[in-house]
Amino acid sequence: MIRYSVEEEYKGMISAYEKAGGDKSVLESKDIAKLVVHENKVLANDSIKGLKIDTEETENGVRVNFTVEKGTKVPRPVHLCFGLLPKEGLQEIIMKVDAQDDSEVSVVAHCIFPNAVKVIHKMDADINIGNNAKFDYKETHYHGEDGGIEVIPKAKVNVGKGGVWQSTFSLSQGLVGRLDYDVEVFCQEKAVAELVVKVYGRGSDDIKILEKIHLDGRGARGMAKSRLVLSDKARAEVRGETYGNAPYARGHVDCMELVNGTEAVARAIPIVEVTDDTAKVTHEAAIGSIDRKQLETLMARGLDENEAVDVIVKGILKS
Amino acid sequence: MLVVENLQLKLNGNSIINGLDLHVGKGEIHGILGENGTGKTTLANLIMGTNSYRPTGGRIIFEGEDIAGLSVSERAKKGITLAWQEPARVEGLTVKDYLSLSAKNGGADQIERYLLMVGMEPKQYMDRDIDATLSGGERKRIEMASVLAMRPKLAILDEPDSGIDIVALPLLLNGIMEMNRQGSSVLLITHSEKVTEIAHRVSVLCAGKIINSGAPLETNQWFKNNCLTCPHINEPAH
Repeated sequence: MIRYSVEEEYKGMISAYEKAGGDKSVLESKDIAKLVVHENKVLANDSIKGLKIDTEETENGVRVNFTVEKGTKVPRPVHLCFGLLPKEGLQEIIMKVDAQDDSEVSVVAHCIFPNAVKVIHKMDADINIGNNAKFDYKETHYHGEDGGIEVIPKAKVNVGKGGVWQSTFSLSQGLVGRLDYDVEVFCQEKAVAELVVKVYGRGSDDIKILEKIHLDGRGARGMAKSRLVLSDKARAEVRGETYGNAPYARGHVDCMELVNGTEAVARAIPIVEVTDDTAKVTHEAAIGSIDRKQLETLMARGLDENEAVDVIVKGILKS
Repeated sequence: MLVVENLQLKLNGNSIINGLDLHVGKGEIHGILGENGTGKTTLANLIMGTNSYRPTGGRIIFEGEDIAGLSVSERAKKGITLAWQEPARVEGLTVKDYLSLSAKNGGADQIERYLLMVGMEPKQYMDRDIDATLSGGERKRIEMASVLAMRPKLAILDEPDSGIDIVALPLLLNGIMEMNRQGSSVLLITHSEKVTEIAHRVSVLCAGKIINSGAPLETNQWFKNNCLTCPHINEPAH
């Protein structure tokens, strides 16, 4: 395996991030809280007042304690950058998040694996969102075209009274490889959880999504939304589960999967369960093909069929 | 520019287009007038190659080449485009992006002007998605702006006036005339003789066949006299 010096690793990560469309000035700025991890090495770690990012390097990754102190409103998004530049390797991120009461933060995470041939990226997160705290988490993956990667993100999230958890997971650049996404959220009184997953599966990508929301507190609200497009021989199974366990809880599961071609396979399994007679949980699931009229509209403007499909897919995954 | 000869289409044993002949000259706005169900949209689909329609007989010649076997993209690259009667909505695609990709052959710098031409304020619309949040009339005007941005050699406009209110209609007609001034020939398909007043020539379609053709005023009058009250629509033997 090729080894990199710390400096080379940092330059490599910044360069890969930039090639994937990121703004490298963000990762170079000292005013922006950030964490850059390559394999099991912490290459950059900048905290700001009220926000602490403690790390510990482990054999195969990094243990991260991410704390937003009580009442802290972090003014600019915090950037997390995880990645592996070699073709082979294992990266395990064990993350503990404590967003204390009345805090507010937005986190942008980039996961970069441009050369993966035999790579495993695991993330185990234990997340606590305090009372009236707000946490917005956006994770975007940038993969290469080999598809030799397994991505296994798991998270358990507890959202305290009046708290808000919003997450968006996007994987549409490069081949997915194997994805096993599993996020479970427990919402207390008047807490809100919004989970969004957007994935473009191609080649022989194998995708499993599980979004589970427990509406345990009075007036809690939750939405599990997924948008997937599958081409070639990609396969996907999406489970969106929402449990309305408390008075006046409101939940919704919204799953849309588009299949392009005859060999891709999509499966959607929405589960809604209500154990309180004033709670209400709804679901909608749609699996279909790329709309012929949309395709022809773009082709009539001079786009090739593949270009037109690309525009439609990007639109679906953007919305 | 466009010559359609003895065009035929049979679907499930039914003749939809019956030996249709049509000539559209360079720089011409050619109106196609017809009642509902006479084959207007089918004709548009056959020329553009959309909806999987392929002629069961006859020829479609564009600039000297038979295009009947070409894909939609290939026809568009030759300079033909179609504005649908009910344009598609594409989730996540902004008006700006849609017009920009239509303007591949130049004209991207004039996108805002094209929106203004069809009576739309660019600041209000550029960043909006062309999705279900737009009304039918707004979506149609955006479709017209996208055709203007493409600057095609031949624009097929299928019922551009349907769903358009009386305030926006003159703007839309101006847009069509501007398209023509930019050098596009226009096949203007409608059931309104008011709209075909801006055409250079008008043909009347019934039962998938052109049954009369000529100058707009006379042909519009002929259509009014013979078609609007005709009990034999799609029975041209009458």
